[in-house]
Amino acid sequence: MLIPCHDCDLLVKEPPVAEGDTAVCPRCGALLRKRRRDSIERSLALTVAGVFLFVVASSFPFLTFDMQGNEVETTLASGSFDLFAQGQPAVGALVLLTTMVAPIARLSLMLYVLAPLHLGFRVRGMVPAFRWVGIASGWSMMEVFLIGVLVSLVKLADMADIIPGIAIWAFALLIPTLAAMSSVLDPQEVWDQLEAQP
Amino acid sequence: MSAPRTGASEGLLVCHECEAVTKRPAVAIARGLHDFECPRCGAALHARKPNSLARTWALVIAATICYVPANLYPIMAITSLGKTQADTILSGVFFLIHHDMWPLALVVFVASFVVPLAKIVSIVFLLVSVQIDSHWRPADRTRLYRITEAVGRWSLVDIYVVTILVALVKLGSLASVEARAGAVFFGAVVILTMLAAESFDPRLIWTPIDTAARESTPTRADAHPGASHVRTAPSS
Repeated sequence: MLIPCHDCDLLVKEPPVAEGDTAVCPRCGALLRKRRRDSIERSLALTVAGVFLFVVASSFPFLTFDMQGNEVETTLASGSFDLFAQGQPAVGALVLLTTMVAPIARLSLMLYVLAPLHLGFRVRGMVPAFRWVGIASGWSMMEVFLIGVLVSLVKLADMADIIPGIAIWAFALLIPTLAAMSSVLDPQEVWDQLEAQP
Repeated sequence: MSAPRTGASEGLLVCHECEAVTKRPAVAIARGLHDFECPRCGAALHARKPNSLARTWALVIAATICYVPANLYPIMAITSLGKTQADTILSGVFFLIHHDMWPLALVVFVASFVVPLAKIVSIVFLLVSVQIDSHWRPADRTRLYRITEAVGRWSLVDIYVVTILVALVKLGSLASVEARAGAVFFGAVVILTMLAAESFDPRLIWTPIDTAARESTPTRADAHPGASHVRTAPSS
């Protein structure tokens, strides 16, 4: 089958790609196709793990600030709401979008598409849902937030004691889970299965 | 050597969201801004992203304008025991250096200062190279585009630091942190450069090269298409 490369438009003959292999454009090196073993089952398993970890990471105490006996307890989302309260709605909305809305959308839409595919039935709107998975992934920036947590801990080390909560451990596990989820996902496999209506 | 066959020369379009390949219909049905929709996923299909150069220029110019106040204004103010100290992006980096946190200082300096600037410079470079029909190292320019698109998100580190400090340090006059105007401009720079990278169409880099090849040697019907390389994953 002839496919135009999405980065340089060269017409490329797609060779058979074995499981675990990746096809790249001979002219510009763009990734054309990757095939992963049991892609749907594995990414579904990691999505379920990701949902569980996200629920823990966002509902339990994240970090606690202790300065001379005065304690402030935070959760994952409290920072963006505090920004709204301080009169910085633009920054608050950006943080809320990239650390809450986009990750929730990404995980729940993945579940919405992959679970029925795995179990062998169809639900309404799977095609637009999977399109939105791609868009939500681009705006989900949990791994960047983790670096932000590290920098903040250093900045506050002189000022007060910082007590890590349960949520931060779940969060630290969530980052590699999400990375593995997108690494084992073969979007073409999902699109092919969505197209082959039973 | 015959001219390379491309999607544009054969009337084949690849969907940028689901990668399905569609033959351009003989009569395109104009539906608002785009030609027609991907039959598989419903995304708008076009041979090239619409008004890619104009949109990218507008976004990158807006990002450049925001870059100045983003670095001049403080992004936050820390109040501790009655003393208030305002931090800009760069003074935050110096703070980490003074505390001998070199690796973290380097991470923040690269993510918050170098990456946004390098993104603006490389997008402008790509735009200019396309507009002068440059033939210079198209594969490297395409690679530069892909890197530019991938690294942008890491610039948000400082915004997250402000957010976390605001949430944690809330003890009134004893200790508190407030987000300042610089953070708004800095967030705008990150968003605008991300959108600029997304609106740029890397296929434009190859258009002058394919056109020149086609003019020198007309495409033969039996020309062989290139076969894609298969990269074998390291055994796991």
